[in-house]
Amino acid sequence: MSEPGGMSPIVRIVTRWLLGFVLVFGFAVALFGHLTPGGGFAGGVVITCGFVLATLAFGAKTGPAAWFGRLASTLDAVGALAFLALALLGYAAGHFLAQWAGRDPEPFRLTSAPSLVLLNLAILLKVGAGLFAGFLAVAAFGRAAEDVGTDEFSDAGAPQGPEPEGREA
Amino acid sequence: MVDLVPLFVAIPLAAAFLCLLLKRFGDRVCGAITLLGILAVLGLSLTAIAVGTDAVNMAGGYGVTMRDGRPFVAGIAIVLDGLARLFLLVVAVVGTAVVVYGFRYLERSTGRALYHVLLNLVFAGMTGAVLAGDVFNLFVFVEIASIASYALVAFGTGDREVEASFKYLLLGSIASLAILIGIAVLYAAGGFLNMADIAVAVREGRLGGAALLGASALFLFGFGLKAAMMPFHAWLPDAHPSAPAPISAVLSGLLIKTTGIYALVRVFFTILGPDPRVQTLLLVLGCVSMGAGVLLALGQDDLKRLLAYHSVSQMGFVLVGLGTGSALGVTAALFHAANHALFKSALFLSSGSLERMTGTRNLSEMGGLARRAPWTAAGTIGAALSISGIPPFNGFWSKLLILIALFSAGLPWAGTIAALTALLTLASFVKVQRKALFGALPERLAHVRDVPASMHVPVLVLSALCLLTFVLWPLGLGDVVQGAAATAQSADGQPPAIDSYLRLVLGRP
Amino acid sequence: MIYPLIAVLLFVGLYGLLVKRHVVQKILGLAIVEYAVNLLLVAIGYRDGGRPPILTPGEDPAAFAAGSVDPLPQALVLTSIVIGLGVVMLLVAIAMRLHQRFGTLDTTRMNRLHG
Repeated sequence: MSEPGGMSPIVRIVTRWLLGFVLVFGFAVALFGHLTPGGGFAGGVVITCGFVLATLAFGAKTGPAAWFGRLASTLDAVGALAFLALALLGYAAGHFLAQWAGRDPEPFRLTSAPSLVLLNLAILLKVGAGLFAGFLAVAAFGRAAEDVGTDEFSDAGAPQGPEPEGREA
Repeated sequence: MVDLVPLFVAIPLAAAFLCLLLKRFGDRVCGAITLLGILAVLGLSLTAIAVGTDAVNMAGGYGVTMRDGRPFVAGIAIVLDGLARLFLLVVAVVGTAVVVYGFRYLERSTGRALYHVLLNLVFAGMTGAVLAGDVFNLFVFVEIASIASYALVAFGTGDREVEASFKYLLLGSIASLAILIGIAVLYAAGGFLNMADIAVAVREGRLGGAALLGASALFLFGFGLKAAMMPFHAWLPDAHPSAPAPISAVLSGLLIKTTGIYALVRVFFTILGPDPRVQTLLLVLGCVSMGAGVLLALGQDDLKRLLAYHSVSQMGFVLVGLGTGSALGVTAALFHAANHALFKSALFLSSGSLERMTGTRNLSEMGGLARRAPWTAAGTIGAALSISGIPPFNGFWSKLLILIALFSAGLPWAGTIAALTALLTLASFVKVQRKALFGALPERLAHVRDVPASMHVPVLVLSALCLLTFVLWPLGLGDVVQGAAATAQSADGQPPAIDSYLRLVLGRP
Repeated sequence: MIYPLIAVLLFVGLYGLLVKRHVVQKILGLAIVEYAVNLLLVAIGYRDGGRPPILTPGEDPAAFAAGSVDPLPQALVLTSIVIGLGVVMLLVAIAMRLHQRFGTLDTTRMNRLHG
């Protein structure tokens, strides 16, 4: 894939311009997921795409892989636990996964289902971090960038990052 | 109790991600979390049995009142009925033994925190699959358990482990996709995913014909592969021995039952209703699995591979019992599945102990270990007597019931094969005992020492449960097994079982 | 029209999965089978000229259900895509291990296990 230094200046500058928009778009898709098409999963995928783009453009040493890579697995766990905690909070309102945070009777507002928004954000965290961790685990520069051989698959990190996912959707 | 049913899934999931979050604090923390999680599940399942009422929970259920005044609840149905209670109990008991055993067994391997994460995910997938009230969530939970188990088979990261995991992954994925196509066909034809709705549609004749036949074939292939039914068994003798011993115990003791046998029972008895063609197929394939599995096991020298072939063979017993379709046959099959979970996981755990003591899995290199390791030997002998069908161990009772069911259903040929298989199983385990535990102690093994207590106590406890089954049966175990069979079986004309399930889920009178 | 094409896609994937010897070709075959199944699910929910499945207040649910596309298969497809993603990711990670261990990606030369 890319050398540690990343790609050409054109790619890097365009990425720098785009990245903010990509991340904000992903966040918005998740935030308004209960009202419009999208949701935590779609938003998480968009955000992961932003991080992957930046990793390809800036390389493994300076891109988000350098500072976010170690954090990704932790954030993945935090997202999953946050989802579970929010679901368990539903018991306060009667049953598992109940909407405990009250509802605005007016439809099509952000506040019309606050607990749904929080669930979407937890999924955003889980999917964004989990997918990026998976990308780093299967990308050749994940953990063993130093001894990459001539063959494209010669060495790679342990198959550690991607935990099987499935409950998000 | 109704509201607490989602906790069966939520606790192992929470334990899995807590382990992932806290992995830098070392594997002791993760081990403690896993143990607490499985103990909580054990407590919950014992509570569920003590309470004994069936329950439906619409997770995330959101009620809408339709125009004609009928309440309509959209949500994911989580159904706790007799069948689910039996499998939850088995998962919790065997899971606890496995977790305790795993502490010392894995003390020298790396990545123990991730082992705990994946093990908890397997537990969550199994409890979820058992509780799922619609076919798609059954599929999702089966997949969660399966994907975690693919990764666990490759845990050793050696040549054999990785190759076995790759094969297992490809075959398992084909099976999963077949199941998914079956679900899509059912949904396209009937418009339902909820098991009770599908069951009503099938019984009222709104769902049938080619769609039902195609979906049945796909489910039989998919879940049959996960249950290691004979033509689709090829992955099991590679995958189960390759995993570390506690994982082998989970895979052979629990996973092939929850994702295979349980799903077959649920789909073919509760949902699609009795179909003589499916039952004939189950009978024939079960006989093939029994006979061929035990014949292949006889020739094995590798202890874990031998045990894996015996799993194929014993699953054949369960399939044959289901194939009779009679109340007795289904009861016997479910009882044998539960018994197999106990003694096969005990055998796989003790195979791990023997491997750790001697450094080999080949029976020809062992010998005389009963003198050096009395506790491990006692546990192994107990479990081996169970699987061989020696009274009063539990394997004897369930095999006897299956034989009675076969002969009383007018299937003497299947009964003969089952009896011969039981004899060959006995012969095979006599060989194991003679080669590994008795006979001359090789020079090389003169100074081996028994494994620590946390490794032989789980095996002893499981073996003691095998021995004491006939005491536990009148004390409540019998009710649990018969309650499970009552939910599942659909014999004798009108199926009362489906009625109780429908009443439960649909709230019909 | 769409269903025969899905069948073609399914069998192309199965061919790659079962016949090809290269690990990466097998993985691609599995991915193609997954896409075929996902496409089947989407096609089941599709309705020609259907409306978006959003129930507005005061609308008759029966008329709504008759006129809108079926939203449930889309939820199923999303879940099955996620599962497929997890499977393919794990498969790629294991394939890298296989190459590390055996020095080849040819499955006919991986035969440490037998019987």
